[in-house]
Amino acid sequence: MTNRIGTIAFNTFREAVRDRVLYNLIVFAFLMIGASLLLGQITIGVQRQLLINLGLTAISIFGVLIAIFIGIGLVSKEIDKRTLYTVLTRPVQRWEFIVGKFFGLMGTLAVNAGLMTVGFFIALIYLMRGLQASDASILAAVYFILLQFMIVTAVALLLSSFSTPIESAVLTFAIFVVGSFSEDLRGFAEGAKGATHYVAMTISYLIPNFSALNYIASVAHGNAVPASMIAWNTAYALLYAGAVVCAAAIIFQNRNMK
Amino acid sequence: MLTMLAGSAGALREIVRTRPEAHLQDVLYIPSAKALKRMSLGYDGLLADIYWTRAVQYFGWKHKHKSREYPLLYPLLEITTELDPHLIVAYRFGATFLAQEPPDGAGQPEKAVELIERGIRANADDWRLYYDLGFVYAMNLEDYQAAAKAFERGSEVPHAHPFLKVLAADMAQHGGDLATARLMWQTTYETTDDPGIKSNALRHLQALDVDETVPKLEELVRQFHDKTGIQPTSFFPLLEAGWIRRIPTDPLGMPYKLLPDGRVEVQDPTAWSFIRRGLPPKTGEPPAKP
Repeated sequence: MTNRIGTIAFNTFREAVRDRVLYNLIVFAFLMIGASLLLGQITIGVQRQLLINLGLTAISIFGVLIAIFIGIGLVSKEIDKRTLYTVLTRPVQRWEFIVGKFFGLMGTLAVNAGLMTVGFFIALIYLMRGLQASDASILAAVYFILLQFMIVTAVALLLSSFSTPIESAVLTFAIFVVGSFSEDLRGFAEGAKGATHYVAMTISYLIPNFSALNYIASVAHGNAVPASMIAWNTAYALLYAGAVVCAAAIIFQNRNMK
Repeated sequence: MLTMLAGSAGALREIVRTRPEAHLQDVLYIPSAKALKRMSLGYDGLLADIYWTRAVQYFGWKHKHKSREYPLLYPLLEITTELDPHLIVAYRFGATFLAQEPPDGAGQPEKAVELIERGIRANADDWRLYYDLGFVYAMNLEDYQAAAKAFERGSEVPHAHPFLKVLAADMAQHGGDLATARLMWQTTYETTDDPGIKSNALRHLQALDVDETVPKLEELVRQFHDKTGIQPTSFFPLLEAGWIRRIPTDPLGMPYKLLPDGRVEVQDPTAWSFIRRGLPPKTGEPPAKP
């Protein structure tokens, strides 16, 4: 089972790195990181902060875009090219196919984020003429960005398993946007009464909470990320993404391929 | 293709030359901090940096053109600090930009106080904000009791600079005199790492030198006149009579001017932003008494 999932994951990774969209987005991310060094020349007192904010935002946004653009085609492309049928004639369970796709795209995103992070740290060392101890918290912020990718990838995969690529892209992006407002929704739910309170609270837990995973501004100020937050966010992302991937597997399992 | 590109660059240069203000329009982009926070999708820190840079560029442009009005400065700073309440530099520099008299600033010290108080609410452990608050009260609003209270509040913050207690006591007792002002600017000069703030503090210290020296020179000339009956029109008679050892110069190295009515002025008033003495009288106003 592990071999089959690993093979599908590896093939997914190999296909993803051939996608031109990927390279364009990575180049844009590097350009943004470079631009932050120039932008620092026209401001006062925030050069390091601007680099961290812009660099990590670039890694986050472009990673989410990569997750969406590649994730929405994970299943639908295989169906359109009819390669899915070939795969499923092998002793590969449908859920193994879904899980393999998920890990393949996550591997792609992790490698991309790793490359962008290396570029970012090169820019940071150039700007600050070295690294400080507080820069270690930037790695925690990057880790949280990877957890965001995990959730976005799972959502894109879920939608890709039953809808068209365009629908999947729009809905995934919409969920990303709504997920950024989940704290506001929770605040609204807490202030509401009766059925509104319960409905709003339920929705606030159902939609992914991306604001909890956004520590960019905090690390830009040199604040450390508590170990408990790393543990809880990891648990949240793994459980949420796991639930969504399970849903994708169930939908795909019952999908009529004819 | 290259020719067309070169042509477009030439056309753009002509546009910029014809409309120099076109590249920095007075727009807030989006005036509501709350709306911006929603639209930022959690990337508040980056938006705050962008709006802060916008504020710096806006102030720099207006200052370069000796503008006397900075209508967008406070809204830009308000949005910046709403997006990132911990962006200390926006409070500190922003207060300086707001408090100073035009054309060096917006001439809105009350707004500067409002901004710093917001900063203190969000960053109660940063003693530098209390120092800046006291500074604005003392230097721009001349409310020495409020300044003393601000320094006192700041002195109670853990790891606060010990000077705050000294300033609190000094302000309560001697608020408004040149020695206190010199102490505050000296403290600013010594406690900041920022080259811009250091340079500004140095200019203020030099201005204080002028404000202290000019009345002393005018008094010396008056005594010379009383003793000799001669009203000198330069410092040479005093030098020849041994009343002074050398021709007095200002901190920029330029000799002071002695006028026939006994007033002393700096050589180049335009080189001085902060002096109160040694300036030519404004048109229609009588000259200031020594």
